[in-house]
Amino acid sequence: MHWRWREVLIKYILLFFALASIFFLMGIVIVLFKEGLPVFRIVRVKDFIFGRSWYPTYDPPDFGILPLILSSLWVTFGALIIAIPLGVSAATYISEVAHPRVKEIAKPVVELLAGIPSVVYGFFGMVIIAPWLQNVFDLPTGLTCLTASVILGFMALPTVVSISEDAISAVPFSYKEASYALGATKWETISKVTVPAAISGITTAIILGIGRAIGETMTVLMVAGGAAVIPRSFLQPVRPMTATIAAEMGEAPVGSDHYHALFGIAIVLFIITLGFNLLADHLATTFRRKMGG
Amino acid sequence: MLKSRSLLILLSLVIYLFVSSTDMMARKRRSGQLTIQGSTTVLPIAQRCAEEFMREHPEANISVRGGGSGVGLAALIDGTIDIADASRAIKTKELKKARAKGVNPVGHVVAKDVIAVILHPENPVNGLTKSQLKAIYTGAINRWNEVGGSSDVIVVVSRDVASGTFEVFNKLALDKQRVRPDALMQASNKAVATTVAAAKGAIGYVGLGYLSDKVKPIAIDGVMPSVETAQSGTYPLARPLYMYTDGKPTGLAKKFIDFVLGPKGQRIVREEGFVPVK
Repeated sequence: MHWRWREVLIKYILLFFALASIFFLMGIVIVLFKEGLPVFRIVRVKDFIFGRSWYPTYDPPDFGILPLILSSLWVTFGALIIAIPLGVSAATYISEVAHPRVKEIAKPVVELLAGIPSVVYGFFGMVIIAPWLQNVFDLPTGLTCLTASVILGFMALPTVVSISEDAISAVPFSYKEASYALGATKWETISKVTVPAAISGITTAIILGIGRAIGETMTVLMVAGGAAVIPRSFLQPVRPMTATIAAEMGEAPVGSDHYHALFGIAIVLFIITLGFNLLADHLATTFRRKMGG
Repeated sequence: MLKSRSLLILLSLVIYLFVSSTDMMARKRRSGQLTIQGSTTVLPIAQRCAEEFMREHPEANISVRGGGSGVGLAALIDGTIDIADASRAIKTKELKKARAKGVNPVGHVVAKDVIAVILHPENPVNGLTKSQLKAIYTGAINRWNEVGGSSDVIVVVSRDVASGTFEVFNKLALDKQRVRPDALMQASNKAVATTVAAAKGAIGYVGLGYLSDKVKPIAIDGVMPSVETAQSGTYPLARPLYMYTDGKPTGLAKKFIDFVLGPKGQRIVREEGFVPVK
């Protein structure tokens, strides 16, 4: 075959694969909205998002997902309180302090955390973390918002560490040289020059970590407890959006109001994660422009 | 410009074909095969019986689907399926509709669904009345000392509202009243048992097949859950499960229902955590 034809053929094969993922993404979005929007024929958007009770199978039903949204946000917020200090310190250490040989081992190991299946994290939470927290705080049950937050915090770590480390490493060496030339110590250079210079990259890392935590399903289904109430404390059981969809979708009759309501929750979740991803993307672009220029 | 437009057309064509073909697959009904649809509670029984039956009769082609009792009975009345699984008796309204269409639904009780209320083994409470159980699940009673136990807070564990187990419990124990919103909703019988085993003040409910020594079943209105009390009808949290046919079953449908009611089918019923009718 003539090389030119082969080039063209390869080009089109690659084009097909590139478009395939777009086809699938569009298909998913179309189905999501096609199945989810009918719920707003039964309940107003305002009552759906701000309604305080979720009783989808009763007669008459209540489709209020405020407790579910707030549960998701609380669990994610708790996860961030754990993941941000741990992740950013780890990234700073790996990038600036650690011996190159330590760095070579530490970074891949942290990234390996991302490869553990979420059901394993969930199981770990159920068997180890939940009974421990139940004992420490003398709770009636160990399946709480805090339990889910702790596990999700660890699950978000690889994202936060890896991307923060990239951002910190990308700070031009001239910045540090200038700082040292002014007589700053290593610690002063890290805390006042290097990390602040990488801040938009670190923010991107954190936002992607949020996306990771808010969309996690299996773990929260296993350890969050599953009470559809508005959270008032980290020590009470909660029921995030993802857990609700996962628990109820299997047995909700296809085409019923309940089924559409679950897709409605998925739309809300999709919009939230899409928002976070756009924000992260935007910050990453700003970051690149700033550092590149 | 032209290129991107033709691409868009191609894209919508692909999606259309994909959607319509799956749709057609779902609607298509070959003759000579048995179609079963209905209650998700009965689904595991129907599914496994169908598999076993087809192994014995390779010529038979049985397709089993869920969807719920109402969906199954509606499909039977419309004449699109042969057997409707139902976790409740047919309603008068449905029966009227069936008669109007010349369909005569006949129910066969294939199993009994029994729900055991379970506590942590260290809980001193050994029995509750139905009204106490209802008060606990709807939020009127919050501590165990109100029903003769310790001063511990009651941790209410329930199945998620979409499950068949929840549906029975809600109907038989709670008279369809709402479960307190702070109840811990678990996605499986197993998860309920694990949660109750881990919390001293917990109360939960599971199918009879999920009892273990890590949880303690209690008596309701003085009757312990068991195969015998369920069959005799004295245990209050039990209900019959049905398969409905149009008129007396004939041919493949008759063979299949006989199989479900026979020793092999009833063994599957027991293995799936239900109580056999014989």
